[in-house]
Amino acid sequence: MANFNEVFDRWGGLIWESTLATFQMVTISLLISIIIGLPLGILLVITRPNKSFDNKYLYRTLNIFINVIRSIPFIILLFALLPFTRLVVGTSMGVRGVIVPLVVYTAPYIARLMESALLEVDKGVLEAYEAMGIKTKDIIWHVMVREARPSIILGITIAVIGLIGATAMAGLVGAGGLGDVAYRFGHLRYEPEVMYVTIIILVIIIQVIQTIGNILASRAKKD
Amino acid sequence: MIELKHVSKTFESKHQQVVALNDVSLQVNKGEIFGVIGYSGAGKSTLVRCVNFLEKPSSGQVIVNGKDLGQMTVEQLRAARQNIGMIFQGFNLLKTATVYDNIAIPLKLTGVPADQIKEKVEKYLAIVGLSDKKAVFPNQLSGGQKQRVAIARALSHEPEVLLSDEATSALDPETTDSILSLLLKINRELGITILLITHEMHVIQKICDRVAVMENGQIIEQGHVIDIYTHPENTTTEKFVSSIFPSDIPIEIITELEKQGPIIQLTFVGPSADQPALSMLSKQFDIHTNILSGNIVQLKDQPFGKLIAHIKGAKVETDKALNYLREQGVQVSEVKHNG
Repeated sequence: MANFNEVFDRWGGLIWESTLATFQMVTISLLISIIIGLPLGILLVITRPNKSFDNKYLYRTLNIFINVIRSIPFIILLFALLPFTRLVVGTSMGVRGVIVPLVVYTAPYIARLMESALLEVDKGVLEAYEAMGIKTKDIIWHVMVREARPSIILGITIAVIGLIGATAMAGLVGAGGLGDVAYRFGHLRYEPEVMYVTIIILVIIIQVIQTIGNILASRAKKD
Repeated sequence: MIELKHVSKTFESKHQQVVALNDVSLQVNKGEIFGVIGYSGAGKSTLVRCVNFLEKPSSGQVIVNGKDLGQMTVEQLRAARQNIGMIFQGFNLLKTATVYDNIAIPLKLTGVPADQIKEKVEKYLAIVGLSDKKAVFPNQLSGGQKQRVAIARALSHEPEVLLSDEATSALDPETTDSILSLLLKINRELGITILLITHEMHVIQKICDRVAVMENGQIIEQGHVIDIYTHPENTTTEKFVSSIFPSDIPIEIITELEKQGPIIQLTFVGPSADQPALSMLSKQFDIHTNILSGNIVQLKDQPFGKLIAHIKGAKVETDKALNYLREQGVQVSEVKHNG
């Protein structure tokens, strides 16, 4: 196995760029997915039977819709969405082209994670606020979402890790990223060092993200 | 202050209908502490939740402060609720907020101006005796302290009515007493009308003026606490009253003693509770008395005592003695061995 310096000199630039590309894809699609997923998660909770905005039809439609999207593996979603992606962002290639499928893939996942986080919130507290004559929208935001913060943070951590996994396929539409480097150089061109280095980088990134998520969640918990 | 008129509530599930409240009417006067007691499943929790429409009655009227809650728009109901405080068995505080924020956040959300919030939070934390816990999170507090925070939260909206849904049921006896004293203080000093529900007679005895006994979704008896204590008309009521006076005398002893004279139950109320009535008996009449069990409790306004004694002596003398007791304002009833 070649020594570290040699690998670094030869591949360092490429790996650095790919890491940045991965971060870029993850950050952008994560933000958009939260913006879509959190309200969807809230809707899933409040339209449930016997909840504040009990709406059987909306709840069922949303439920099925999310399940359908979540049934499709990312690699298939990526291709199936090509026309839609082109319609939305004008291209289906590169980072811009991959954001759309990443969001379509992640937002329903986040919606589910948010749903389970919000369902954990003590019903009694919501009721106490209702009894104080506080508006439902304030209860949703200042009580439900607030109290669910620790679980929301852990849920988002899980989503980020899933999202990093999905970006490995982004190379297929020319968006680059760590997974793409590992596949193209490590596998197709048989440069095992590149594969190992990307794996190590990915392992470190995931460890760091999970640790940060755990710390933030336990801080938010206050006990 | 609170008036329920023929309130019924039926919960419908797929397979069955559960009647939680069946034509319940009651009236809570301004400034009083009204207790509703019943076993679990009697419908008392549904009853208190109907008073602020957390549970919407299936029929009947709920009138608080002269206004019919059933006739209100969502906005009006919200405003009305701000005038009705509520505390719960489970405290229902925000886990992620400090004691201060637990009181301040609802104030902010109900539109209290920012400059008044701090003042109110501090005032009511002082009333419940937790001024030093402002920056603490609920998980670091004991059950009693959490309930105090919940009480301060309810009071900070300066309601005229406070509903208490089993507020002391999760607390140990000592803490229960301190919370009850606090409720009594709130009632007396701030003039807040309290409607509480409980399954503990002790709670009724300690702070309530009037009480209603519930069973199977109906009020089976209601009146002043002292009247319910002295003349329980219903078996369930009797059970609750006797829960305060554990007097299970073995049947063998009762049957044996009955041969030598009556076993009587003496009920003392108010001033008669502190007279040495029984010892006077043996002095004035040719009888011997033997106390089998006895207890005296302090009701909210007056003492109330119950004594079970055996009187040994000639029939003529015992009859005279019993008459004498009645003249002294003591209620006398004979204990049969089936009771």
